[in-house]
Amino acid sequence: MLRLKNIEVIYDDVILVLKGLSLEVPSGRIVALLGPNGAGKSTTLKAISGLLATEEGEVTDGAIEFDGQRIEKLRAEQIVRLGIFQVMEGRRVFEDLTVDDNITMGGYIRSDRAGLRRDRDLCFDYFPQLKNLRGKLAGYLSGGEQQMLAISRALMARPRCILLDEPSLGLSPKLVQEIFGIIRKINEQEKTTILLVEQNANQALAIAHFAYLMEGGRVVLEGETDKVKANEDVKEFYLGGTGGKRDYKAVKSYRRRKRWLS
Amino acid sequence: MEFFFQLALNGVVVGSIYALVALGFVIIYKSSGVLNFAQGEFLLLGGYVFWALVENHAPWPYAAALTILFSIVLGLALERLILRPMIGEPIISVIMVTLGLSSVLRAIVLGIWGTDTRPYPELFSSQPIMVGPVPISQGYLFSMVISAALLLAFTLFFRYSRVGIAMRATAFSQEVAQSMGISVRSIFAISWSIAAVVSALGGILLGALRGGVDGSLSVLGLKALPVVILGGLDSIAGAIVGGLVIGILENLSGGYLDPLMGGGVKEVAPFVVLVLILMVKPYGLFGKIKIERV
Ligand SMILES: Nc1ncnc2c1ncn2[C@@H]1O[C@H](COP(=O)(O)OP(=O)(O)OP(=O)(O)O)[C@@H](O)[C@H]1O
Ligand SMILES: [Mg+2]
Repeated sequence: MLRLKNIEVIYDDVILVLKGLSLEVPSGRIVALLGPNGAGKSTTLKAISGLLATEEGEVTDGAIEFDGQRIEKLRAEQIVRLGIFQVMEGRRVFEDLTVDDNITMGGYIRSDRAGLRRDRDLCFDYFPQLKNLRGKLAGYLSGGEQQMLAISRALMARPRCILLDEPSLGLSPKLVQEIFGIIRKINEQEKTTILLVEQNANQALAIAHFAYLMEGGRVVLEGETDKVKANEDVKEFYLGGTGGKRDYKAVKSYRRRKRWLS
Repeated sequence: MEFFFQLALNGVVVGSIYALVALGFVIIYKSSGVLNFAQGEFLLLGGYVFWALVENHAPWPYAAALTILFSIVLGLALERLILRPMIGEPIISVIMVTLGLSSVLRAIVLGIWGTDTRPYPELFSSQPIMVGPVPISQGYLFSMVISAALLLAFTLFFRYSRVGIAMRATAFSQEVAQSMGISVRSIFAISWSIAAVVSALGGILLGALRGGVDGSLSVLGLKALPVVILGGLDSIAGAIVGGLVIGILENLSGGYLDPLMGGGVKEVAPFVVLVLILMVKPYGLFGKIKIERV
């Protein structure tokens, strides 16, 4: 279980981005974290994974717990070793390394050779098209292939929890569907807990068990996926509307709600 | 023709040592983006430490092993004491720090050992070995074999070993490397140690070839700069080819042109070629050009 309690994140000592954010990711579940650009979704993931430090960001208040252990002060490499692996926004493959070497780096923290070999095969089971690209430089892969590679790296670390930052970014609808299908499969077969950050709310809510909606550095709505999907505001603003026109009243009620929640 | 072979061979021998030192330079640049101007002093220090050990009756293989150990510790210490506190500072500040470091190290060496040449003992018999028609001194042959073996070992290390791949990954992006659980600090420490070790070995080999060490060794260490600029700052293959090219050019121009032009060509020729090559290939012969998919 991953738990964030009232965390506050500040960049460069002055820019307050997360303002008392709390959320929970129970083991074995897929939890979606939705929200508009700049809401602080990526910041939330980096706070968990310890990658904030490289961007002059810091968790200044609150606590992050992973299976009961406080982790908000640990370094990124220690957090990976505890079993939390972040797949960063924009895929971020090592462009001048081959596909194989990228996969090797995913398993960097492990030394069980047999297990690593098995998991490499597992990656190619999930993403057969990577198999023919093994010797190719990752920089020359298509966006979809790079995303598959980024997820493969995560599989190689055998984490208990994967933080996925916008895996749908820049991919065709068909590919998005394929990738999300595999994310669900990984969750079911490897029992990996997944915290999924998305702008593509439709797709995310299709595979998540629970969802949080955040805006301006706070959670403004949370609930079981069905409930969130049924929420009128979410329908209106995140799921492309219910077919009706965006009337002024809806906007107003949403604003009101936001104020009330925050 | 024999004269030509002799010069070319000298060039290859000296060039392979340059390549070794350049390798150290490239490793640090690749993993952290820092140009290490103290590379020449690593070489100097290695050469003197080896001399001091041999002088105190250590058999030379032991002296070499101890010098390597010393260099590993030196690399780790420098990373920990000087470079780690600089993490997050602009790269240019870190580079200035290496410039300062180079003066400090040189002052230390001069303070301890003075300015006189410290002669190395004869490590090899002076009986040359014939390679075809060309006689080669045993020392040359040995130093060529050692440099080639080291260069090969490091090439394989970077290509296939987990840590070697992690060093390249860190060079690409420290942030992404960290997200894989790679400790960027350890990677930096390892690269500084490797750089110190290869330079020290270069210092020992040069000392052996020239019959002793003195302050001018650090100037030879700075040869790494044109070598890596020629080869491409981030390429190991480039360091090797660059080292050989500069070594050979230096010796050929020294042998053929210096008598005609009254000396000095040996020192200048590599730079002339450097400028010409950079005009055609601004990233050096093997420099990385960012992958741009179209
Ligand atoms: N390194 C940084 N330094 C300063 N401010 C930052 C930094 N990174 C992010 N921010 C700011 O923090 C806020 C949240 O950014 P974040 O990247 O977490 O948003 P996001 O929800 O992931 O958005 P998107 O959907 O566009 O990826 C933004 O206003 C952004 O400008
Ligand atoms: Mg983001």
